[in-house]
Amino acid sequence: MTAVAVGSVDSRVVGRERKFLRRARYIGVPAAVATACVAMYLYVQSQELDSIESRIINARNIWTAAVEQIEIALWATALTLVVAVPLGIALTRPWARRVTPIIIAVANIGQGVPAIGLLFFIYIVLIRSGSTAAILGMAIYAVLPVLRGTMVGLQQVDRGVVKAARGMGMSKQSVLLRVEMPLAVPILLTGVRTALVLTVSTAVLAAFIGGGTFGELIISGQAQGRPLAVAVGSLGAAALAIMADWVGGIAEDLLRPKGL
Amino acid sequence: MTTSVEPMIRLDKLTKHYPGQEAPAVDGVDLAVPEGEIVILVGPSGCGKTTTLEMINRLIEPSSGRIFLEGEDVTHVNADQLRRRMGYVIQQIGLFPHETIAQNIATVPRMLGWDDKRVNNRVDELLHLVGLDPGRYRNRYPKEMSGGQRQRVGVARAMAADPPVMLMDEPFGATDPITRERLQNEFLRIQEDIRKTIVFVTHDIDEAIKMGDRIAILAEGSRIAQYDTPETILTSPASGFVEQFLGSGILLKRLNLSRVEDVHVAIGEWPTIGPETTAEQARQQLQQSGRTHLLLLDGQRRPDRWIAEIDLNPDRDMSQAGTRVQACVDSRATLNDALQEMLLNANGVAAVVDRDGAYAGTLDLETIIAEIREMRAKALDNGSGVVVGDDT
Repeated sequence: MTAVAVGSVDSRVVGRERKFLRRARYIGVPAAVATACVAMYLYVQSQELDSIESRIINARNIWTAAVEQIEIALWATALTLVVAVPLGIALTRPWARRVTPIIIAVANIGQGVPAIGLLFFIYIVLIRSGSTAAILGMAIYAVLPVLRGTMVGLQQVDRGVVKAARGMGMSKQSVLLRVEMPLAVPILLTGVRTALVLTVSTAVLAAFIGGGTFGELIISGQAQGRPLAVAVGSLGAAALAIMADWVGGIAEDLLRPKGL
Repeated sequence: MTTSVEPMIRLDKLTKHYPGQEAPAVDGVDLAVPEGEIVILVGPSGCGKTTTLEMINRLIEPSSGRIFLEGEDVTHVNADQLRRRMGYVIQQIGLFPHETIAQNIATVPRMLGWDDKRVNNRVDELLHLVGLDPGRYRNRYPKEMSGGQRQRVGVARAMAADPPVMLMDEPFGATDPITRERLQNEFLRIQEDIRKTIVFVTHDIDEAIKMGDRIAILAEGSRIAQYDTPETILTSPASGFVEQFLGSGILLKRLNLSRVEDVHVAIGEWPTIGPETTAEQARQQLQQSGRTHLLLLDGQRRPDRWIAEIDLNPDRDMSQAGTRVQACVDSRATLNDALQEMLLNANGVAAVVDRDGAYAGTLDLETIIAEIREMRAKALDNGSGVVVGDDT
């Protein structure tokens, strides 16, 4: 748990530099997003809003939209993880060698389907609840990056390390849990981060099937010719996506095993 | 159970036949590995030596045949349990990069359920044994260490639970020649104390001769072309294949059989001085000895410089005079290593040091030539068919 003395002066310098950049990113990104939001707030304040605009652009609407969008994204990401990580582990086991290409092909197709079409299909054919359908749709959409992250993460683990572990008498299961998974974590997390950003940003589409989110502001603003509402909705959606990426980045830094 | 009659490891017609391949990769190997010895499996690439080794700890399951460990048939016992009774070192080392050196070494003891105190004591003991300061290295990560240091940790990890048997697959193969030689010498020193039963795979015949108590020279399909001590193999190769594999320069290879400490190391023939000796005292000592050079030792008695009479200038710092000692051999090094060092050195003399690097004597070319002469005489007495005269 305590900080470990790094061996050479070189790596210490590099470490310090990296730490500085990391800190800049930790503070800089939320600061930039906050600045944009404050600027938009001041601009909206300075405008005379007509009755339609003020019905769309108000604190309650924006708060609800943000909560809906975050909820959909989090549930979708959670669902993705539950499906894609075990699937990725299974597909990298030697006994799954035959089915792996087939499943990868299916997952690729899943990502290739236009998100909006997928959402309507699920909504109309399967689930008539806007937000549930959206969660399912987003999850299907996000499976591929997590699946790929899990598989690539596991496949890049040095074979010599696995062989040494097996040769010392570790069972297959403990090699997976104690060696392969920790070493796959950095790449796996990159996949999760991609999935999180993907679900947060595509969650606006849920508005088309009554799932709320910032998409709601954009659609109503567009339908009633109120560009200011579109702008507020877009900024909200963008801000959430950027913050999702920021959180993902921090998670990658914190969860990366020491020594890698 | 383990009497001197029953070998530590016995392979009985051990065979590996991969499906879809015509010839078996390993074809009915019979091999007995006596307790406390290093047995080397050496052969051309693709001869099945690694496959044979990996069948001993059943990383590769044999198609047929049986494996005995300490007299017990282990061909079908739980493979994970079996492997915890055998240390395993591979060329890639395979340290866990996300674990500290201490955690790496503790892998098998933890699996065996040792308590913290016992594990920690063992880790420190092993780091000492392989020449790494525990205080400095136990909390480091593998990437913070050099290749040679990592290989030492690999060996320590394999020995952690004190298994009676160690399997080593080209353990020093990925290191540079200087580090490799050092690791080999260190390992032989350790083995002198621990007396493990070791099966060691290499493709390098020189390494085989240096490290092995016995050598199994393998032909294709892991068929044993000759299984004997290095001395016998070098003096009477069993077949043309073996002779061919030994290659040219058998006589030079025989120099690998003798260690510096086994031959006469001349002490006192070369005058030595310490860092505090003045130029005048040095000159007197040199003249009394009747030699051309004297050897300057540093504060830890390590050979530092060869100094000739003309280098002795009272105005100059002694530590800058003369030439640096380039040829410096460990007393555990082979005569072959020593010869190579000597050829690098201008006056044909190698300084011999003990395990702490302190001066132990010198070795000169004449001693080595005398040794070669003796070996050749012995070989001719044995009536071996090898022509050795060509090599001198």
